[in-house]
Amino acid sequence: MNKRHQFSILAAIAATAAIAAAPAFADSSHRAKAMTMMKADFTTKGQATADRIYEDGLQAVCNRSGNHPPEKIAKQLEGDQMATVKYPADGKLMGDWKAGEKLAQSGRGFTWNDAPGSPAGGNCYNCHQIAPSESSFGTVGPSLFNFGKLRGNTAENQKYVYSKIYNAKSYNLCSEMPRFGHVGALGEKQIKDLVALLLDPESPVNK
Amino acid sequence: MRQTLIAATAIALAFAMQPVVAQDKPAAKPAAKMAAKKMAKPAVVEEKDAATLEFEKFRAKMIEDGNPAELFEAQGEELWKTKRGPNNVSLAETCDLGLGLGVVKGTYVQMPRYFADAGKVMDAERRIVWCMVEKQGFKAADLAKKPFAAETYTPEQTSLVTYVAGLSRDMKFAVPLKDPHVKEVYEIGKEVANHRAGPYDFSCNTCHGVDGKRIRMQQLPNISSKAGATTAVLGWPGYRMTGNRMLTLQWRMGDCFRQQRFPQPGYASDTVTSLLTFMTANANGSTYTGPGIKR
Amino acid sequence: MSSPMKVRAQVKGDYADIKILMSHPMETGQRKDPKTNQPYPAHFIQQFTVEVGGKLVVQSETGTAISTNPVFGFKVKGAKAGDKVVVKWQDNKGESRTDEATVS
Repeated sequence: MNKRHQFSILAAIAATAAIAAAPAFADSSHRAKAMTMMKADFTTKGQATADRIYEDGLQAVCNRSGNHPPEKIAKQLEGDQMATVKYPADGKLMGDWKAGEKLAQSGRGFTWNDAPGSPAGGNCYNCHQIAPSESSFGTVGPSLFNFGKLRGNTAENQKYVYSKIYNAKSYNLCSEMPRFGHVGALGEKQIKDLVALLLDPESPVNK
Repeated sequence: MRQTLIAATAIALAFAMQPVVAQDKPAAKPAAKMAAKKMAKPAVVEEKDAATLEFEKFRAKMIEDGNPAELFEAQGEELWKTKRGPNNVSLAETCDLGLGLGVVKGTYVQMPRYFADAGKVMDAERRIVWCMVEKQGFKAADLAKKPFAAETYTPEQTSLVTYVAGLSRDMKFAVPLKDPHVKEVYEIGKEVANHRAGPYDFSCNTCHGVDGKRIRMQQLPNISSKAGATTAVLGWPGYRMTGNRMLTLQWRMGDCFRQQRFPQPGYASDTVTSLLTFMTANANGSTYTGPGIKR
Repeated sequence: MSSPMKVRAQVKGDYADIKILMSHPMETGQRKDPKTNQPYPAHFIQQFTVEVGGKLVVQSETGTAISTNPVFGFKVKGAKAGDKVVVKWQDNKGESRTDEATVS
């Protein structure tokens, strides 16, 4: 566990204490019982180790606040998450949109029947509309069709998209979107390729 | 592809004795057909894409022609009535499914419920496993070893659940939430559905907590609503055309956890029962259409 | 051990609608066990017959192109309520099974 992570958990514990003083969002006794029960019932299978049931600091805050922590705490913890984002050393945030499209299609990775260490997919189409050629897309997240065309392929936007994919929780603490870079699901090159898929004027997303 | 189930509905066979009636347009539609149509009708009013509608048509036709789940009902009935296990007793004479010994009809839609002899709230499959262990003398560890249908194998408890479920067809879900034991487990199940953890920060509710969302083309029922919970529990146990397997809700909950990137929940565990209690009770009042067909 | 078939036979006007749902793995011999990479041995119904009211009405040869747990349906003119329907299948391992139903 790195130092930043530790800090973020400490902050989360403090935040949890603050929430406890506020009106309870979830029934804490049922929650406690559910936790005890799940710790007893889940076992490791494949790469999905039993300890995945335990919450990290951010998850704990979101779970205890019904995904709506008090604004002040949310802002502070979002800042902690943002601090975890590692930008490429070469300063280039755009990769190859074709590789990005391939990656966006794949929903593999991290389940108990995925081979440990096998590369994870971006899972993007599971939840987002992206390129118009793919009609089988999910609607859990917003449509990203024409994203670059609408927002512009600026340096600022590249940084935004990169950091959003790296750690979505740095913008919205209890976002439904995974923290792909933070948990090591996607590496630097892969995130660059996804940035290109969304922002490159040549990408079908922006045609 | 082996998924194609209706292999030869139209057999162009020359019948030695009688000529075949090629065309028929009966004025009144047969009752089975009507029931199948009704079954296919979505419980939730939501936008359906063409692929979903096509599949529902297909499913209605399949159920009309003969749902393979019926084969497992028949096997389950035989297993239920036969004296088996180290204790050589039948489940029919020893296993109380909540409405008294010997009663199977209507029990499926009233589970999960609290069983005083076990001191636990149990869903149908868990109760059957409990009876197989406590009454017939089977070993719990053996039953948990290969609890779900695989390539060439269907566990006995799967057929038994299908049989029990078949005898609640066309009856309304009525999980006894007034029982404080059940209510307690329901509330715990609600917390399980809320619990975000794992590498992707997913909970059940990440996908199944609001109305009208999709993963790819798959509609996601909101298990907190009556309509969504009904969609989620209908058609189980189900004959899955992917691999021709009969699968139960115990399996379905595990597969959800897998996709959630969680570890594996214990078979017939408190956690799975609590989730099933939450979902099934939310569907209370809706009509159960019997063992179904899944993609 | 083979499992029971489901046979349904209903009179509809001047014919009976007969549907047979058979319980059989119908292994082609082509499918492989993902763990061992060895094929599952072929195991499929080779022939079945249907008698209605004592008369042979269907004699069929079947092969591996037919799905797991197959459904067969056909119409028999002149069959009456009360006629006995006898379905018999035999597979490539020499197993066979006979099930009966009554036209209703």
